[in-house]
Amino acid sequence: MIRSPDRGPLTSEITPREIYLDRRRLMAGLAASLVGLVDAAELPAARLQFAGNPRFSTKEAPNSYEDIRSYNNFYEFGTGKEDPSERSGRFKPTPWKVAVAGEAEVTGTFTLEDILKPHALEERIYRLRCVEAWSMVIPWVGFPLGDLLKRFRPNSRAKYVAFKTVLRPDEMPGQRFPVLEWPYVEGLRIDEAMHPLTILAVGLYGQTLPNQNGAPLRLVVPWKYGFKSIKSIVEIRFTERQPPTSWNISAPQEYGFYANVNPGVDHPRWSQASERRIGSGIFAPRRPTLMFNGYAEQVASLYTGMDLSKYY
Amino acid sequence: MRRYAKPLLFALCALPLAWLLLRALGFAGLSLGANPTDELQDRLGDWGLRLLLGTLCITPLAVTLRKTWLVGLRRMLGLFAFTYLVLHFANWLVLDQWLDGRAIVKDIAKRPYITVGLASLLLLVPLAFTSTAGWMRRLGKRWQVLHRLVYPAAVLGCIHFWWQVKADWREPLLYATALALLLGWRARRTCQRRRAALAAAASALDPLKAMGRGA
Repeated sequence: MIRSPDRGPLTSEITPREIYLDRRRLMAGLAASLVGLVDAAELPAARLQFAGNPRFSTKEAPNSYEDIRSYNNFYEFGTGKEDPSERSGRFKPTPWKVAVAGEAEVTGTFTLEDILKPHALEERIYRLRCVEAWSMVIPWVGFPLGDLLKRFRPNSRAKYVAFKTVLRPDEMPGQRFPVLEWPYVEGLRIDEAMHPLTILAVGLYGQTLPNQNGAPLRLVVPWKYGFKSIKSIVEIRFTERQPPTSWNISAPQEYGFYANVNPGVDHPRWSQASERRIGSGIFAPRRPTLMFNGYAEQVASLYTGMDLSKYY
Repeated sequence: MRRYAKPLLFALCALPLAWLLLRALGFAGLSLGANPTDELQDRLGDWGLRLLLGTLCITPLAVTLRKTWLVGLRRMLGLFAFTYLVLHFANWLVLDQWLDGRAIVKDIAKRPYITVGLASLLLLVPLAFTSTAGWMRRLGKRWQVLHRLVYPAAVLGCIHFWWQVKADWREPLLYATALALLLGWRARRTCQRRRAALAAAASALDPLKAMGRGA
């Protein structure tokens, strides 16, 4: 626009205050979530811009925001279901860096902004099945993990992808006691990681992730038990051999590397045949658990010929 | 103090149950959280086990503090423990399993932590039933023998808790330690009594005297 220096802007050029404020709020939100210019405590949940993805979303009604933010496992903040929401206030998800290492052409440390920049965010409404036999429906906001991994150009030796959670005992009180070996580590086979259902989430209900749900960046693998979906990721490593995973280290006879939701393979101590849907009310009976948490059509082919009771 | 002990203890024991009830009814914005069935299950179990261990504290306390009247509180504590554990079991049967007979039987048979939990509760049934003064009188000495079933019941209760935690064994360890101390105190006391009884018997049948008589 060409503008003569001696006159102010046309009134038509002036952005109405509401829009201007809205835009500022959005920018601040993005800054808070992506760049880290604003202390996260000031803006606990900023709006994100995203598109829906009905193709990969369930039509089931999502759980309430309150249920999702107040009832979950994140042992770094304590082993009670309400510990994550009650004890994650001191956690600072910004600024954030992710190290990329291992069998890939592009490695190094990237800011969260670098990680997210090229990816369009989308909403994926997924079922989540916890290994403890309860389940939820969660509207995540994120992007396919595979799209990110391709940017690092993994080489032919990259058969697995390993992830690591941040280690900050001063901000994560659960890490002060070795309930599990810290930091938490998880892993996927490369084809699982590249699967279009596998996403990295940065948001929930259209807003940035609350600390207790794995801010600022977490994995979501909807056909596996929830503990596979590692939270607050600081390292992504391409490996040739199957990487160690925290629950498998803790109790190998109970938690395998694959941890696919499977109603036919019980946990040694409890049945996995049914689950309780959180939010369905105290008088709602359990519902049957579906093979691969209902994603069998999309993912069963990944495991053709494998004995899933052996590779649990 | 003695006069108010019973009503006070009653109120204290009823408090967790009242609190759960208020939360279940949504009183003043309270709630049982996102997973009310599991919350009821866990809290009822917690209090059942705590009160059971509390019951086992009475005798050591009464003996060490030399306050025999404390023993008068034991029945109420035990019955409260039993009440919480029955509700814990009923919640599992009804709200968790929806009275699905097949699933219930399968779980009891297949899941060791449920098997030992149920065994613990079943051991307590005759104790609750015979807790009245009438039954104490009728059973006489056998009453005390019968009521020693509380020890295996508490052991199984601690195992039941231990076997279901995923990785954080701190709380079950606390209860197991408390139980070990309480049972250890009793074992020591029994040993001391036996030794005293043996010594008394020995002095009554002094071998030297006996030999002297024989010579």
